[in-house]
Amino acid sequence: MTAYEAPAAFPRIRPCGDAALTIEYGESIDEALNTRVLALNGELLRSNLPIVETIPTYRSLFVVYDPLSIDFEALSASLLTMAHRDLPPPAAGRRWRFPVCYGGAFGEDLPFVASHCKLSEDEVVRRHSADSYRIYMMGFIPGFTYLGGLSPSLAVPRRHDPRLTSPAGTISIGGVQTGIQCLASPTGWHLIGRTPARTYDPNRSDVFFLEPGDSVSFFAISPDDFTTMERRAEAGDRIASEVAA
Amino acid sequence: MSTLEVIEAGPYTGVQDRGRFGGQRYGLGPAGAMDLLALAKANVLVGQPVGAAAIEIGPLPAKFKAKGGSIRFALTGAQRGATLAGRDINPGETVLMAEGETLVLRATRQGVFSTLAFEGSIVATPVFGSLSVHARAGIGSPYSRALQAGDTLEVGDVGAWEAENILPPLVLPQGPIRVVPGPQDDHFTAEAVVAFYAAEWMVSATSDRMGYRLDGPLLAHAPGRNNIISDGIAAGSVQIPGSGLPLVLLADRGTTGGYPKIATIITADLGRMAQTPAGSRVRFAAVTIAGAQTEARRIAALVAGLPRAIRTIGGGDLSPEFLLSANLAGAATDAFADDGEN
Repeated sequence: MTAYEAPAAFPRIRPCGDAALTIEYGESIDEALNTRVLALNGELLRSNLPIVETIPTYRSLFVVYDPLSIDFEALSASLLTMAHRDLPPPAAGRRWRFPVCYGGAFGEDLPFVASHCKLSEDEVVRRHSADSYRIYMMGFIPGFTYLGGLSPSLAVPRRHDPRLTSPAGTISIGGVQTGIQCLASPTGWHLIGRTPARTYDPNRSDVFFLEPGDSVSFFAISPDDFTTMERRAEAGDRIASEVAA
Repeated sequence: MSTLEVIEAGPYTGVQDRGRFGGQRYGLGPAGAMDLLALAKANVLVGQPVGAAAIEIGPLPAKFKAKGGSIRFALTGAQRGATLAGRDINPGETVLMAEGETLVLRATRQGVFSTLAFEGSIVATPVFGSLSVHARAGIGSPYSRALQAGDTLEVGDVGAWEAENILPPLVLPQGPIRVVPGPQDDHFTAEAVVAFYAAEWMVSATSDRMGYRLDGPLLAHAPGRNNIISDGIAAGSVQIPGSGLPLVLLADRGTTGGYPKIATIITADLGRMAQTPAGSRVRFAAVTIAGAQTEARRIAALVAGLPRAIRTIGGGDLSPEFLLSANLAGAATDAFADDGEN
């Protein structure tokens, strides 16, 4: 036997040690692939397979299982059978609006992004808050939300030297992605603003409220609004509002 | 109920149980004890479920004082000097600590983490099913951070025991840390894969509960394959970022990431990796998934048998059958061998 070689055809499985695996649908950021991931995730969680938990990602589903209850070969076979079936589509996502205070001390890379994109700062803000973004996945640290659908005119390569920290609530751009970061964290993305809304709050009844498949749009607020809303968020208000479908 | 007061605590000292599950899809990692076997042994000694909460104590000295009543504890994990009210105490045994007495743990001699479990366990309200501290996520109970001098923990009542408990030492494997290749070993040059298994890696001083950084040869990604589209990360994932030096992701890991992972440490060896101190050297050996799963089942059976292995101090000899079954140095098969797969 040699090192594991992933089969060429999708969907395919890569082992992640003896208690987890990843099933991949492709190697691109693509809404159709992500929809299939979410459909498989729903089907798997409804099944009686001995799964500990799952992480749906852009184009693959990470599955944590109990090797005392099922071995890799048996679980892989079940998953591939499931993945080849015509699965019920995932539940329709919800739509959310997030307030963002752009630029200045709230988004110190906005001038860089504007000059890189050959746009004014106002135009970057206008374009960033005009579009709606799909939540492809959440992960890394609690509440970090990976969004797709950024206007190509706002794409900026990641920083060569990642920042050692960035503030809670940071809205940033990394390549063709934009994201909502709930906790202070290192990042290689460009900071364009901050939202007072918390995508993770262990003291709130809905600790997390976003799900992959939901969509998010942004609207600009002033620093004064930010301060007011941040106080409400501290008191447990979700701040981000759901938009009627 | 009695109270354990923290008189002194170094870094990486906090309440941990087996961890919390179900939040990884939102970025909330499981946290939990770095050495689950040490947690199981300490809990079994004091009559608690194997995954119950205990204090995980890092490599620096620590002191705890019993207040409001006596406390029965068991210490397992790293090797270090320990005294109670000035008397030497042994790991792997239960010890009754009278009100007002102070338990002093010196710096570790071997290993990184000690586990201190209590009769009646630590009494606190679970957060999402667990007391485990995940400092970055701001959760844990009763403290959502590492323990500090002046903190107090409520622990259960002490029963009248005729004698204290003792567990025989387990024989741990001494060989390389075993890994299952992948999930992205095809993202590296053939030379890098060979070097990963051939090298002696030194655990870096910048290691913590999130991950252990390893110093050694630089591992080259295959051309254009130094990033992946972010996907899920398992306990024990060996991630190779752009620097070319491995980062072994452990209890407080991020749940997703975009660097290729060359290999994943098997469940049975995660505790052994976590107990490798900064400055020590480790090697890796590839095993099959089937071999790793056989090992996982063997360790689980061993843990399930721990209560039967308990003896009382001054009681009969330890059964030779247990010592034999406790030998953890079993062999999972070599994934790169031409035959002998199981």
